[in-house]
Amino acid sequence: MSLLGKLSIDAVPYHEPIVMGTLAGVGIIGLLLVVLLTKFKLWVPLWRDWITSVDHKRLGIMYIVLALVMLIRGFADAIMMRTQLALATNGNAGYLPPEHYDQIFSAHGVIMIIFMAMPFMVGLMNIVVPLQIGARDVAFPFLNNLSFWLTTAGAILINISLGVGEFAKTGWVAYPPLSELTFSPGVGVDYYIWALQLSGLGTLLTGVNFLVTVFKCRTPSMKLMQIPVFTWACTWANILIVASFPILTAALGLLTLDRYLDFHFFTNEGGGNAMMYINLFWAWGHPEVYILILPAFGIFSEIVATFSSKRLFGYTSMIVANGAISVLGFIVWLHHFFTMGSGANVNAFFGVMTMIIAVPTGVKLFNWLFTMYRGRVRITVPIMWTLGFMTTFTIGGMTGVLLAVPGADFVLHNSLFLIAHFHNTIIGGAVFGYLAGFAYWFPKAMGFHLNEKLGKSAFWCWLVGFYVAFMPLYVLGFMGMTRRLNHTDNPAWNIWLYIACVGAFIILAGIVSQLLQLFVSFRDRKQNLDTTGDPWNARTLEWQTSSPPQFYNFAKLPEVHDIDAFMDAKEKGTAYQKLDKYEPIHMPKNTAAGVVIGGALAVMGFALIWHIWWLAAVSLVASIVAFIVRAYDNDVDYYVQPDEIEKIEDAFVKGASEVKA
Amino acid sequence: MFIRSLSKFALAALALVLSGCEGGVLDPKGHVGVQEKELIIIATVLMLLVVIPVIFMTLYFAWKYREGRDEVYMPKWAHSTKIESVIWTIPIIIIIILGTITWKTTHELDPYRPLEDADGKQLDHMVVEVVSLNWKWLFIYPEQGVATVNELVFPKDVPVQFKITSDSTMNSFFIPQLGSQIYSMAGMETKLHLIANHEGTYDGFSANYSGAGFTGMKFKAIATATDADFNSWVAKVKASGTPLNPQSYEVLAEESENNPVQYYSDVTDGLFHQIVMKYMQHYNDWGKGGKEHGEGMEHGEHHDAEASDMPKMQHSADHAAAHGEA
Amino acid sequence: MSSVSQAIDAHEHHEHHDTGKNTLFGFWLYLMTDCLLFASVFATYAVLYMNTAGGVSGHDIFELDYVAVETAALLLSSITYGFAMIAAHKQNRSATLGWLSITFVLGAIFIGMEVNEFHHLIANGNGPSRSAFLSSFFALVGMHGLHVTAGLIWMAVMMVEVAKRGLGNRTITRLGCLSMFWHFLDVIWICVFTVVYLLGVV
Repeated sequence: MSLLGKLSIDAVPYHEPIVMGTLAGVGIIGLLLVVLLTKFKLWVPLWRDWITSVDHKRLGIMYIVLALVMLIRGFADAIMMRTQLALATNGNAGYLPPEHYDQIFSAHGVIMIIFMAMPFMVGLMNIVVPLQIGARDVAFPFLNNLSFWLTTAGAILINISLGVGEFAKTGWVAYPPLSELTFSPGVGVDYYIWALQLSGLGTLLTGVNFLVTVFKCRTPSMKLMQIPVFTWACTWANILIVASFPILTAALGLLTLDRYLDFHFFTNEGGGNAMMYINLFWAWGHPEVYILILPAFGIFSEIVATFSSKRLFGYTSMIVANGAISVLGFIVWLHHFFTMGSGANVNAFFGVMTMIIAVPTGVKLFNWLFTMYRGRVRITVPIMWTLGFMTTFTIGGMTGVLLAVPGADFVLHNSLFLIAHFHNTIIGGAVFGYLAGFAYWFPKAMGFHLNEKLGKSAFWCWLVGFYVAFMPLYVLGFMGMTRRLNHTDNPAWNIWLYIACVGAFIILAGIVSQLLQLFVSFRDRKQNLDTTGDPWNARTLEWQTSSPPQFYNFAKLPEVHDIDAFMDAKEKGTAYQKLDKYEPIHMPKNTAAGVVIGGALAVMGFALIWHIWWLAAVSLVASIVAFIVRAYDNDVDYYVQPDEIEKIEDAFVKGASEVKA
Repeated sequence: MFIRSLSKFALAALALVLSGCEGGVLDPKGHVGVQEKELIIIATVLMLLVVIPVIFMTLYFAWKYREGRDEVYMPKWAHSTKIESVIWTIPIIIIIILGTITWKTTHELDPYRPLEDADGKQLDHMVVEVVSLNWKWLFIYPEQGVATVNELVFPKDVPVQFKITSDSTMNSFFIPQLGSQIYSMAGMETKLHLIANHEGTYDGFSANYSGAGFTGMKFKAIATATDADFNSWVAKVKASGTPLNPQSYEVLAEESENNPVQYYSDVTDGLFHQIVMKYMQHYNDWGKGGKEHGEGMEHGEHHDAEASDMPKMQHSADHAAAHGEA
Repeated sequence: MSSVSQAIDAHEHHEHHDTGKNTLFGFWLYLMTDCLLFASVFATYAVLYMNTAGGVSGHDIFELDYVAVETAALLLSSITYGFAMIAAHKQNRSATLGWLSITFVLGAIFIGMEVNEFHHLIANGNGPSRSAFLSSFFALVGMHGLHVTAGLIWMAVMMVEVAKRGLGNRTITRLGCLSMFWHFLDVIWICVFTVVYLLGVV
């Protein structure tokens, strides 16, 4: 037994020019970062103010940075797939052999859902939710930091798989028996398992943390039905997280036992039953898509109201609709496999249940429409994303309902029609939502505005690119093209595959605009500072703070008398009141425990993937010890003194009122 | 406005496909496929009743109430029982209609349900047993006693009952122009009933990713013009000379990619059943093994009804063989 | 000056009190997720337990007498933990430690008996690789066992905390969390005992 388990120098795919090129690129960027950090002496601030931070706003920003990095990685996979399929027509092999291509589409799915969309959503939630409910921080700040590092640990593992060993060649769902040792003897599925388990644990802790925050840490005067609609949406999403992620943990845990200890849960042999995995996977997987989309719905609700300069139409019905979607989301999972041979009654039940979800979703669309009705719609980047969403998502919803009809699904299942459908809802719904939220809350989180022109260019590229890339896939689905093909041999398909590839490049232009926008806005930040804290004349409490918010959020917990609490205060003239006397504020101290535990568990995951048992044991014990040490650290909090608060508040109120006047 | 032209583009594309791109789901050549195409169109039209107004209203409201136009402005107006009841009712009505259609068609199009003639009388089906292997399709014709790889032949207008299993990973048996697909799974037997009403050669493949050779896992489904054509094809296969028995099956079952068409002139009786039982024998035998475990145990209670049709000797032979492997 | 420090004290007391309640609520939520984890594995057991692959089934291997003793040890440990909590609320440090030790011993007996049962099964060729039934049996019972083991480690740490730091608010909150955890494992075990062992020998 080797000291390094299955790991050897052969694990590095040095014969793959694409992989090695990518690694070289990543290495150079990494080196550049190190040089810049050293040159500007940023190592200490990075550690002190960010890595060890327990401040929800900073963690939120770090989540979004992670999401953007992983967006680039996942999109690189996407564009490789599209170019492969555009080149590999008429029976040509293309440039990606199945060995490589199969890893790419598996990685693309996992990365985009687990390591792009989830961190983006959690990041926005981190920045906004505590501010919206007038809280000082989340209920468990240290746990919040730990969640972030667990998510990052998973992301690190999946990126290591690029250069050491391989990733799963099973598709992002990793259905057994294909994902069992018999058919996938390599380390790819193990990377998949441990990356998902670590980040899944992080997500679960986030869910618990935010539920306690919303239910127990609101400013005392805020009633349940005064919680802003984005926070409500996140709360439903968090309920879904705590109710569904354990199922994923169980499914992956059982698959792990199959692969590591020769159990027979999902194997062909020994009485195993692969259908059980598929059921468990989608019992998590379907709620998961609502975890992604509900907060996006919340974002659109905030934006539509703010930029229509009007109250949100049908607040209660929005929240009821979200709740209905959440509950129904748990009894529809079987629609992912109507073709498994369940009886007609079972299929019909799950089909009809799925369709019922269209009702509350439709209601939400109408509510947004009637929010604009008799409003004053300011056409800005966030509202453009919202309008793009409302039109695009409606089409995606329609194709979704079509797929929910078992008779139609029997011919559309697993086809490119399905691919087009879920990209239609995930890009047109979740991603547009997050990018809208990004544009909307960026000045709040960073203290300066984003460049409007480049924001609009990003939007148009994304929107046009989306249609050009995915409408052809609907067509190809009707033409009988199934998903995950490595190459094609049907001349009638070629034109559509070429168009789709062009679409992917238009989306690339959108991503480049987005990155350029960040760069330009950062460069010109001095000219675009937001000193008011309320650049959009918005309605909810997060805009009552300065931009970026004071680290303690609110000098005095705000009084809430209305759903649009901040708008209410502005109208009553109580928004920017200076207090005579401030109370000391109790704050948590930063801690290195989160990053230590996350790091130790990343090492443990790596060791388990490569069967380096001693290292796995050592790192597991290290993480437990780090947790216990943290639990017995008494020096975890401090008080901000009134004179310091007064200084900060005076500066803010002065700045804000100068601009207002 | 751009968005509208885009949706126009999308609709144009849809129309283009509907008008008859050859070879796909919307160009069905059998009764099942025809019904499914109609279902897709009906459901789409029903939903467009909501979708088109929503898209239109979105753009219209955003344009009409944009800043700088002197339209009615009611910043506090946020509730209207009338509007809210309408926006709940309309989707509910559409979903009730669609749900009813779904319930009905799901039963009519149940892949397990044998095909019927216009009077609702069950038709006689020809049987083909389908096994997905890494990475090819094996078709066994129990009534003709022959087998083929990656080529499926049957006469037009004759309903076919497919009994489907897998001896490796999960795949999905799919001929888009004939209609429904169904998964193939080890230790399971799924069923599918299809018919071709037109003579022709149709693409068939696996619609569920199954590993490295997945892309090459395709076959031609040929619907012959007459029974005589079919019979002469069977004669041709019989003349090929290679038998399919447990030994040659073992060779066939080994991994291969882009497997060429192969013919087997003679098939060992019950081979398909043996392949299913290789894994299914491990199911539902609580209380039949262990301390009381002995040779020649029976498997009479398998949920597969076919099991009872098989001679008992076969069972114990399978069982012993499987134990040897374990 | 003194009024300021008084204000701070009051404030501190207030916030810490809140934090304790939040922690208990948060931990309860976590237990609900744990409950779903068990539910998933229970469901898997229900699907697979008939699939013995020609090997043993429940009534060949389950010895109810033995499991009854195991069960008694765990149930008793829940009661003794309850006494530990009562003592803790009375600020009686030595009684708390005493009851915690008894609970720990009972828990250790349970785990020891379980390990012995597993060892016995594996030695007789009835390990988890033998069949889907045994896989799901080992996973379900083993997962509960791992939870109890984690509980024992936690309990040991808590005993050190109580001995060294006494019974402050934070310690009481933590004992409260462990208490929920321990009773929760008891409830899960009752389900395991019923579904796996009792129904298994019927």
